[in-house]
Amino acid sequence: MSYHNPYTPPRKSATFDDYTLAEIRRAAATGIYDIRGAGTKRKVPHFDDLLFLGASISRYPLEGYREKCDTSVVLGTRFAKKPIQLKTPITIAGMSFGALSGNAKEALGRGATIAGTSTTTGDGGMTDEERGHSQTLVYQYLPSRYGMNPKDLRRADAIEIVVGQGAKPGGGGMLLGQKISDRVAEMRTLPKGIDQRSACRHPDWTGPDDLEIKIMELREITDWEKPIYVKVGGARPYYDTALAVKSGADVVVLDGMQGGTAATQDVFIENVGMPTLACIRPAVQALQDLRMHRQVQLIVSGGIRSGADVAKALALGADAVAIGTAALVALGDNDPHWEKEYQALGTTAGAYDDWHEGRDPAGITTQDPELSKRLDPVTAGRRLANYLKVMTLEAQTIARACGKNHLHNLEPEDLCALTMEAAAMAQIPLAGTNWYPGKGNF
Amino acid sequence: MPLRELNSALHALTAGSNDTEFKVINPRGSHAVAVGVDAPVSVQIKGSVGYYCAGMNDGGAITVHGSAGPGVAENMMSGTVIIEGDASQYAGATGRGGLLVIKGNAASRCGISMKGIDIVVHGSIGHMSAFMGQSGHLVVLGDAGDALGDSLYEAKLFVRGTVKSLGSDCIEKEMRAEHLAKLSEILQRAGITGVRPEEFKRYGSARKLYNFNIDNAEAY
Ligand SMILES: Cc1cc2nc3c(=O)[nH]c(=O)nc-3n(C[C@H](O)[C@H](O)[C@H](O)COP(=O)(O)O)c2cc1C
Repeated sequence: MSYHNPYTPPRKSATFDDYTLAEIRRAAATGIYDIRGAGTKRKVPHFDDLLFLGASISRYPLEGYREKCDTSVVLGTRFAKKPIQLKTPITIAGMSFGALSGNAKEALGRGATIAGTSTTTGDGGMTDEERGHSQTLVYQYLPSRYGMNPKDLRRADAIEIVVGQGAKPGGGGMLLGQKISDRVAEMRTLPKGIDQRSACRHPDWTGPDDLEIKIMELREITDWEKPIYVKVGGARPYYDTALAVKSGADVVVLDGMQGGTAATQDVFIENVGMPTLACIRPAVQALQDLRMHRQVQLIVSGGIRSGADVAKALALGADAVAIGTAALVALGDNDPHWEKEYQALGTTAGAYDDWHEGRDPAGITTQDPELSKRLDPVTAGRRLANYLKVMTLEAQTIARACGKNHLHNLEPEDLCALTMEAAAMAQIPLAGTNWYPGKGNF
Repeated sequence: MPLRELNSALHALTAGSNDTEFKVINPRGSHAVAVGVDAPVSVQIKGSVGYYCAGMNDGGAITVHGSAGPGVAENMMSGTVIIEGDASQYAGATGRGGLLVIKGNAASRCGISMKGIDIVVHGSIGHMSAFMGQSGHLVVLGDAGDALGDSLYEAKLFVRGTVKSLGSDCIEKEMRAEHLAKLSEILQRAGITGVRPEEFKRYGSARKLYNFNIDNAEAY
């Protein structure tokens, strides 16, 4: 019998997969790292890895549509004379004018207002349109201080000191020259067309002792009226939360690594920070250890997509959540409607993330007047409001099934985990057991 | 008078108010003294203050008869702030307008991220001053420390003494007639006599880091 060498299929490396190889070639050809928008694209343990148990004999449920399940939340009850009252615990995260078009910012304000929630400015300052269309507007106080001024501080409803973002804890921002229109340049006091770096650290304070004085200064400037939030990226949530509380924050905003960004190095987005799921329990623990849980409110963000995610974040101890990417998608970002144009940009609907280039077919992450016109702020605002209402209803549906008459009554005992990783990160028992890694003497 | 009362009295002032002179005695290093002033009022502070004195000043004339802690006149919009003594770190940080005069020395990061403010220091300034300065003028009658004007945008720096070192993308630039004129106007506004603009050197941005280029990576 003659021997035939059997066919061996070509084998690609798991380590050097196609994407990795393409990145090496891209770096070699261009000499620059990849900058992009959006959040991490790798899979990390997330809310999908948790399930609700629902009610049975030991817990009785509430009637859907009939028995009340409250969704309201008050933020800033610790020191502020005028706390923020919201109808739903789903808020709109800070996204800058500059990164987003004026129409997109207006749509966010309109949608949030219809749904009874707040929206947030971003790096680059507050625009009149945004203030005008947002019933409740949180004003970000960022390291760059672009556009910062006392008049806008006073016309804001709350102030958010941004220490970091989940997409890039420890990193600053970069708005590339092509997005710097005359108006953006003027608001930031910089020449048109140059790359604008946003600093990674505040220029006039370092560390929690300084932050305490900075918060005191902002309170004095605004006569102790406004709630002061402190936003941190998911890095060391226990200590960051404890230090924010110690510094006098009214609200802590905690943004996990899945959190979106307007433009950051891909290497940063994919490799720095902790998953949102792993951030919540340590932060809540810090609040509980300081007897500040529910006194200082916790807003969680980073990859929130549905009412189920909202309910899970709240069950783990958050008071509210914030959405960025999902809000943009609701407005029309990455919509298959523009597929032809996405393809012309070398991408496809759902994968488009070159938000820093300002060529967004959906007219959202751009300053191009023609593209911006594609987004009608009234229609887009309505879409966002619908989405916020659906999410709220979904969260209520789950809460009623767990027998809760307020979303805030959801608790860790309502959950089980599907994977060991999620069980460990969220400190929720693995489904069918009463155990999670780290609990007991295993 | 407690701090809260002082600041709220200052905020209660409107353009036509009768109270236009405030005197603060024994501030004992308090933080956030006279912050958020938004009326053309005069505030005389007799003693030294802590952090962020005159922060976000918008139109007030505030004088500290002593020294000031970190971040004096941070994010000033307009008006005048005068420090008779020395100023700590980040004096005039992110300031967008107005005039800050420091009669003693200023520590590190003076004028960091400045956005239109004019700062005049009679003495010397510390390291990393005018870091990422976007606009406005920093005038130093004495010397400057390390890394002056690092990552500078369009702020203009004038130093009469020596500069220990220049930061990334900051270079000495030609002093042209318009710069001499601007400098003499600022010196005059700051009430400085006996010093000629010709005694200064001008520093500004080489504008090489304005758009990212991998071959400049060592500078970032
Ligand atoms: C286009 C865009 C712009 C953003 N700009 C800012 C900003 O200016 N300041 C900030 O603190 N966070 C900014 N973020 C982050 C969001 O505030 C928020 O943390 C994040 O989007 C939450 O995660 P999610 O996108 O998964 O919902 C931005 C995010 C996006 C998508």
